[in-house]
Amino acid sequence: MLARRIIPCLDVRDGRVVKGVRFRDHEDVGDIVDLARRYAQEGADELVFYDIAASARGRTVEPEWVSAVARELDIPFCVAGGIRSVDDARARLFAGADKISVNTPALEDPVIINRLAAEFGSQCVVLGVDSRVIEGAWRVHQYTGDPDKTVVGHRRTLDWIVEAVDRGAGEVVLNCMDQDGVRDGYDIEQLQAARAVCTTPLIASGGAGQKEHFKSVFELAKVDGALAASVFHKGVIEIGQLKAWLGGEGIRVRP
Amino acid sequence: MMIGLIDTGCANLASVRFALERAGLDYRVIATPAEMAGCDRFILPGVGAAGPAMARLREAGWDAALKADRRPLLGICLGMQMLFERSAEGDVECLGLLPGTIEKLPAPEDGVWPQMGWNALEDLDPDEPLLAGVEAGDHVYFVHGFYAPVGPVTAATCVYGRPVSALVRQDHVAGCQFHPERSAVVGARILANFATSSV
Repeated sequence: MLARRIIPCLDVRDGRVVKGVRFRDHEDVGDIVDLARRYAQEGADELVFYDIAASARGRTVEPEWVSAVARELDIPFCVAGGIRSVDDARARLFAGADKISVNTPALEDPVIINRLAAEFGSQCVVLGVDSRVIEGAWRVHQYTGDPDKTVVGHRRTLDWIVEAVDRGAGEVVLNCMDQDGVRDGYDIEQLQAARAVCTTPLIASGGAGQKEHFKSVFELAKVDGALAASVFHKGVIEIGQLKAWLGGEGIRVRP
Repeated sequence: MMIGLIDTGCANLASVRFALERAGLDYRVIATPAEMAGCDRFILPGVGAAGPAMARLREAGWDAALKADRRPLLGICLGMQMLFERSAEGDVECLGLLPGTIEKLPAPEDGVWPQMGWNALEDLDPDEPLLAGVEAGDHVYFVHGFYAPVGPVTAATCVYGRPVSALVRQDHVAGCQFHPERSAVVGARILANFATSSV
């Protein structure tokens, strides 16, 4: 069976990697290619590059850095942020990205998921979902890259996951916003609920702070991968040590 | 040593090209069989669906050219699947360079379809030149929803609910179901082996 994936997420803004807490106060944490190389060497199974401002500002990610990353990396990577059309997706995939992830544009026009899956295959199409509890239910948020433009969507998170997978999404990254950047552990309850309805690979995002959090989310929510950012960028957790520890705890990981 | 990287027009070549560059291997992107001259071996990459990909191969005359050629050939992912006789994906006739058919991969009881992620190589054929320096348990990266059942040409497997052909070989024709270009040091080793092996 497949190894559980450890996935550092690099939030990109203006060609640099940044990280904020709960989507605010972004600080510069390094050069894109330098960090990508470091994480691949440490044993990351995959990387996600998320242009956090692209959706909110209505501009797209630059294929130049996608290509620079693709030349350097020998593991798969996904590019997210501002992909609004088949052409936007093609530019990133042909620059060397293995997958593209859509979030806000899919909420605005869900048919884009069908178009992307038909053109490139579901294996290339990742659905990003930013979710939090609103009025007693998990609901989807839009425009999370820019706090000035955040609007509340009313879609229920689980319904949206089912619809998107039905439209052809080949993987779901569920970012539990209430946990994002606070390192208090993944939202196991929400991820379990998502796991029960999601028939594609499911990636947990938001809340990783200690190595035990990774073990819990794999064991309890049975996700295929766990994504994290600040704990890796700040050196709180080293990926090689994390994977060795998880392996010792009986979680199947790539050595 | 010059590798001809076959461009069918519907596969994304970027990651394979970059992997060959990282490995310091010379290659040339070739779009028609007329460009095969001067190449020592060939890679047939593939992303997408079997039907359209086979149609493009036939259009350019690759089916006849590859059948007639004896230089080492490596198919990757869909490129490997197209080496077989038929594929259940769209029920299309393939190149027929390897015996057997490509079937739909059933989802494992506790897993999803397609297989997407890192899986361990098992049952390695000790004589397989592409696997020199590669050991059982080494992980490689798979993305596929159809598969070659284990058969006489299987040279390594992985288990995804059932045994799946991970690497196949008959004479000068070989294929990887996984993506060596995205399989870290293990994949780089396999690509280097392809460039240097005697078959």
